[in-house]
Amino acid sequence: MRILVFSRRNLRELIRDKLNLIFGLGFPIILLLLLTAIQRNIPVSMFELDQLTPGIAVFGLSFISLFSASLIAKDRGSSFLMRMFTSPMQPAEFILGYTLPLLPLAVAQTCICYLCAICLGLTPTWTIFAAILASIPAALVFIGLGLLCGTLLTERQVGGICGALLTNLSAWLSGTWFSLDLVGGAFKTIAMALPFAPAVNAGRAALAGDWAAVMPPLWLVIGYAAVICAAAIFFFRRKTKE
Amino acid sequence: MNAIEIRGLTRRFGARTAVDNLTADIAAGTTFALLGLNGAGKTTTIRMLAGLLTPTAGDAFLDGHSVVHDTVRAKQVINLSPQETAVAPNLTVLENLEFIAGLYGMRRTQARDRARQMLDTFGLADRARDRAQTLSGGMQRRLSIAMALVSQPKILFLDEPTLGLDVLARRELWAAVEALKGKVTIILTTHYLEEAEALADEIGIMAGGRLLAAGSARALMEKAGAKSFEDAFVALAAGKEAQ
Repeated sequence: MRILVFSRRNLRELIRDKLNLIFGLGFPIILLLLLTAIQRNIPVSMFELDQLTPGIAVFGLSFISLFSASLIAKDRGSSFLMRMFTSPMQPAEFILGYTLPLLPLAVAQTCICYLCAICLGLTPTWTIFAAILASIPAALVFIGLGLLCGTLLTERQVGGICGALLTNLSAWLSGTWFSLDLVGGAFKTIAMALPFAPAVNAGRAALAGDWAAVMPPLWLVIGYAAVICAAAIFFFRRKTKE
Repeated sequence: MNAIEIRGLTRRFGARTAVDNLTADIAAGTTFALLGLNGAGKTTTIRMLAGLLTPTAGDAFLDGHSVVHDTVRAKQVINLSPQETAVAPNLTVLENLEFIAGLYGMRRTQARDRARQMLDTFGLADRARDRAQTLSGGMQRRLSIAMALVSQPKILFLDEPTLGLDVLARRELWAAVEALKGKVTIILTTHYLEEAEALADEIGIMAGGRLLAAGSARALMEKAGAKSFEDAFVALAAGKEAQ
């Protein structure tokens, strides 16, 4: 009951912030439109919709980290979280209360991204559902990173770390804008060891119906999601006791 | 009957003792002001009583519930209005109140009824549908206190409730606190001596983590042999600080 009450409040805070909607939904869609237009004039296989859409979907999820981290950091900075800590809510209820509204937001964002891609010419097949499903571990990675950053950083730091650094990292190291094979070496090794490129590859494989290729990269993303969420819970619980 | 029983409450931060073996009883319905210079231990005491900080030693019982061993039940009977205004900015005034009522277990209809009562009590009814971030500083502070009361707490902690408010907004808040007298046990921390003198039934003066004296403003003046409450405070608190 308390979790639902807290989730409802968090969802309202998130969706009533116009910047969240503009960046979370608008920016990925604009990128999709722009790159599809480029692809039509100068055909590049990377920017074909079946390759581009899973990448844009994962990139769009990076904004979820910014939203969740900003909300928590703002709550901490304004003493709102102190007020919450004096209520009978338990640490687990706080974490679920922050996480629950973000997961449907992330799925909705991915769905809109694929819907937009269908409007631009992506063949509507049921593998799109598999690709959306495959994006959930990546969504958890970004939600966990948001919880972690919101717990440990100030609101201003969150803007820098999640708003600039994380979105850029997830863009450059995802293999969406250029092939990682073109750079190769340490860059590719690092990119493949982080969760962003594997998340995009899992989405591409799911969209192509290549099931054997879905799980190997997805396991890495699931591992990251588990570790990051566990770290977020650990640090959040520690903060409640300070 | 005592609403709050504090027994040997102590909090140390490394080698520094912020609150030192504090013992006190506060009767139900009392407005108790905690006064002291900066670093006296007021905020640490409030944080321990509100379940935000675990005591190093000792315990406190809120309506009979230990803040150390029965924290969840203790939290169910309290609420706090923090020093800084703590409202959800993108929620409307009504939604803020309903949200807090819901957190303390009220059903939706009950929460709405209670929220509407608070809107009337704190003169916020005509702004019920406005987002909290659009309110003036004074109104946000009133909303913040209304949020602390919407759960019908037995014990209310008001941490510097009028800090930064203009004279009129301060007087309005004083009136709201006056109206609660006898119904709720209020623990008030403030830097304004006149505020403590005007509102509190009892005043505790802290210095160096210890409660030096407690009683009505008049009793403290007699104890210090002072003509004004400010002189009494300076004699009791600053005298100890100088030692």
